[in-house]
Amino acid sequence: MDLILEGIKKAFCLIFTLDYEVLKILLLSLRVSGTATLISLFFGIFIGIIVALSRFPGRRIVVTLINTGMGLPPVVVGLFVTIFLWRSGPLGFLGILYTPTAMIIAQTIIATPIVMGITLAAIQHLPEKLRLQILALGATHLQMVWIMIKEAKLPLLAGVMAGFGGVISEVGASIMVGGNIKGYTRVLTTATVMETSRGNFDIAIALGVILLALAYLVNLILTQIQQRERLR
Amino acid sequence: MRDEERRENEEGSIPILEVRNLKVEKGGSMILNIPFLQLYGKEILSLIGPNGSGKTTLLQTLSLLLSPFQGEIFFRGKKVGDCYSFLEYRRKLALLFQEPLLFNTTVFNNVASGLKIRGIKRNEIETRVEENLKRFGIDHLRDRSPKTLSGGEAQRVNLARAFAIQPEVLLLDEPFASLDPPTRESLIEDLASILQQTRMTVILATHDRMEALRLSTRMAVMKDGEILQTGPPEEVVNRPMNEWIASFVGTETILSGRVIKKEEGTLLVAVEGEEIEAVGDAGVGEKVILCIRPESVTLSISTARETISARNVFIGRIEEIHSMGFYHKVRMNCGFPLVAYITRTSMENLSLKVGREVTASFKATSLHVIRQKEDQGIERLKIK
Repeated sequence: MDLILEGIKKAFCLIFTLDYEVLKILLLSLRVSGTATLISLFFGIFIGIIVALSRFPGRRIVVTLINTGMGLPPVVVGLFVTIFLWRSGPLGFLGILYTPTAMIIAQTIIATPIVMGITLAAIQHLPEKLRLQILALGATHLQMVWIMIKEAKLPLLAGVMAGFGGVISEVGASIMVGGNIKGYTRVLTTATVMETSRGNFDIAIALGVILLALAYLVNLILTQIQQRERLR
Repeated sequence: MRDEERRENEEGSIPILEVRNLKVEKGGSMILNIPFLQLYGKEILSLIGPNGSGKTTLLQTLSLLLSPFQGEIFFRGKKVGDCYSFLEYRRKLALLFQEPLLFNTTVFNNVASGLKIRGIKRNEIETRVEENLKRFGIDHLRDRSPKTLSGGEAQRVNLARAFAIQPEVLLLDEPFASLDPPTRESLIEDLASILQQTRMTVILATHDRMEALRLSTRMAVMKDGEILQTGPPEEVVNRPMNEWIASFVGTETILSGRVIKKEEGTLLVAVEGEEIEAVGDAGVGEKVILCIRPESVTLSISTARETISARNVFIGRIEEIHSMGFYHKVRMNCGFPLVAYITRTSMENLSLKVGREVTASFKATSLHVIRQKEDQGIERLKIK
């Protein structure tokens, strides 16, 4: 019990004294997961809408694949990204294994199906004739897609939250493709794993608290937007 | 006014819309087949027909929302796809669905949406939205979210959104079908006067013949993807081309009989042992169908035939009385079945009851005669 209390005390110490090491880890986590979420929003929403609005043979299989992808195990993603970026691997010439870029790639692969699946569901949840009504008001197909996105923005925000939540808390892929290099690829989750294995529970708890607080803050902001929209 | 219009149309003016050999197939069967249809400016054409008769398919095909289709559409005499791009053409039309399908923003922005899509300047958007909010009496709702609106209010916003575009042709697909009767009444009334003011060209799809009668200048009856009859509403209602149309446009009494005598345009038709006089054209011995509209039947309780000037006077027993709201539907047996509509007041004055004997009369000129060729068994389909 003392261990936990000590840890929490230490955590507050680290947070309020703005420990340089911790701050760096925090910022890198935000940068890697934030970038990955943004990229996954682009691909996820784009492909999600195409699949939602089009009818083609084998569509059901694609939808099932996307839904499966929503639960993609980060370790598996980490494994394959590592293989691809390995010096002798197909993309080895890029030389980006064990860099933040590799972590962004891995996290993007994890977040994209989440955003895609939620987009698909959100767009399909809109009234079926809405698409026709928008076109009947004179919209081009691009304008129609944009209006559909605006109509589905509340569930899409949930997609953003789920995508960001999925990658900020993910550890397997980050540690495999990033390598947890101090001051370079060390993020909140990988640092927590390391400190725990070393028995430095106080620092580990501190990092855990920061991670929780961060997740809470981001979701708080998005929820605020979502609820304000809903009440309008 | 009406004559002026007709002359304008006749004098070689070009129809706004013309459709040639329009065909739509779905799952191997033809769901729409319109060899030819024209729509002139300021016309309000109603498409009436039961569910699944192809009204919605026609409207959506005209709006280019359904593909693929075969055939050609001409807008002001020029072929769509050649002289007009599909988008250009689509932007000249507005289609409104049965459900309001409003966007999740304010009422004002909803009405503005078609204009924003067209990239119209902000101050013009404001004037046009303003104008249409007032036109449909929803000015006070401008900042509200569609989620807080009643069904009637939402459909007004929907109409305002379509009117704001100032389309050259407005397509309305069952715009009142999901509204409760009082709301529907007031909206139809308002729309009728707005259409009269704006002189907009409209195609209105409805399964309700009363809506069609009140709003349209021309009527097209649809069944199984085809247009069976077009003409002025009174003509379609009073002179239906076949038994099915007669029944669909509200002819309650449809009798089949045989002409036994012909005299100066007046026929004497034998119907189930009774003789009915009708004005029409058919040869002696020919099988005909007689259509008697319920509003042209007069009821009285005196059984003295002499007091009634009409030639067709029959004594019958009331079998059924149904309240239809403002009027009553009385079903009698006069040797043949006959249905009359009477007002609530006359109902009370005559103190009609089931089982009571009454005298029913109708004029020979109020009947409509459909010649029935012996080999062509007309489908007997009762609507309702």
